[in-house]
Amino acid sequence: MADTIKLEVSRYSPETDAAPHFQSFEVPFRKDWVVLDALNYIKDKQDGSLTYRWSCRMGICGSCGMLVNGEPKLTCATFLADYAPAPVRVEPLRNFPVVRDLVIAMNDFMRKLQKMKPWLIRKEEKPVSEGEYLQTPEELEAYKQFSMCINCMLCYAACPVYGLDPLFSGPAAIALAQRYNLDSRDQGAKDRFPVLSQHDSIWGCTFVGECTRVCPKHVDPAGAIQQYKLTAALDWVKSVVMPWGGK
Amino acid sequence: MKSAAATPPYTLNHPRWYRKRVSTYWWLQRWEYLRFVLREISSVFVAVFVVELLFQIYALSRGPEAYAAFQGVLKSPIVIALNVFSFFFVIFHSITWFNLSARAMSIRVGGKRVPGFMISGPNFAAWLVISAAIAWLLLRS
Repeated sequence: MADTIKLEVSRYSPETDAAPHFQSFEVPFRKDWVVLDALNYIKDKQDGSLTYRWSCRMGICGSCGMLVNGEPKLTCATFLADYAPAPVRVEPLRNFPVVRDLVIAMNDFMRKLQKMKPWLIRKEEKPVSEGEYLQTPEELEAYKQFSMCINCMLCYAACPVYGLDPLFSGPAAIALAQRYNLDSRDQGAKDRFPVLSQHDSIWGCTFVGECTRVCPKHVDPAGAIQQYKLTAALDWVKSVVMPWGGK
Repeated sequence: MKSAAATPPYTLNHPRWYRKRVSTYWWLQRWEYLRFVLREISSVFVAVFVVELLFQIYALSRGPEAYAAFQGVLKSPIVIALNVFSFFFVIFHSITWFNLSARAMSIRVGGKRVPGFMISGPNFAAWLVISAAIAWLLLRS
């Protein structure tokens, strides 16, 4: 087995470059190293100017998402050994503007996420003295899968609809709206409906399904969107059949 | 590396982000994308079958001669080729549709989500039974 492996890393400096280019690095090949370890090695020993986001190294902070050989991956969970001996190509996430090297601008996603009101909405907050909002294991189960989202944006990088239509709300934002809609403690489904039922939101999705395939936390955003389409369609039918208010 | 001379200068408050345009041929870049586009295109061939059926019914309503003439059209090699092609697309359409239906529907029984095969399975079963019944109806003579 070779003792080094080649990394082709996308570099972009907004001060001097018009477009990104690839730079090759030779890093030690260790079977317990992930792509993020290799990037840290490069930054420590070879080129301190290499810029990328990372934090927890254990697949929960959602910062180290990049394209590894064209596939959206959390680099902290992507082993070099799975690609050896071929060179590993590391690029910033697709469909986002590149700020520098492997860092993308996530402003668009953050704005869209905020529009979904991803927090518990109550018609009336009960006083703290009355205690918590209790929930049964079944009620937890109803939304738990969607609550696993870590906002890593791999789903946006995999979604061709988001690439072609930047107005599309995107997989994670809709899945997180659904996470709160399905929460028994939440009463904000009606507040989220006008945002969700737009052409640029759920109806923009053509069910390519790539978001679900690349999701490192098995959230199934594609499923969440289709399930909400069903909810929205039934809501529309109800409003036609019972215009006096069957909601 | 290209020179940045053509683009406005970088300043701290206006960092120059690099935006890449999506290629017109994005759907050829991954098998998963191509499969999705084929799935979408398959609806055209579903429509071909429907239109063909409507023409068939129309020919039938105009009497035996018109129907015989229509059958003559169906026997031409081009129409047979189109029908064979359409057939495979319609099969592809149906299989992908039933598989996706399981993911679009979240049915809960006793707090647990019903597994996907319990939703797509009956769909496939109904498809096979109905197809077999129609085949029996048409081919029994």
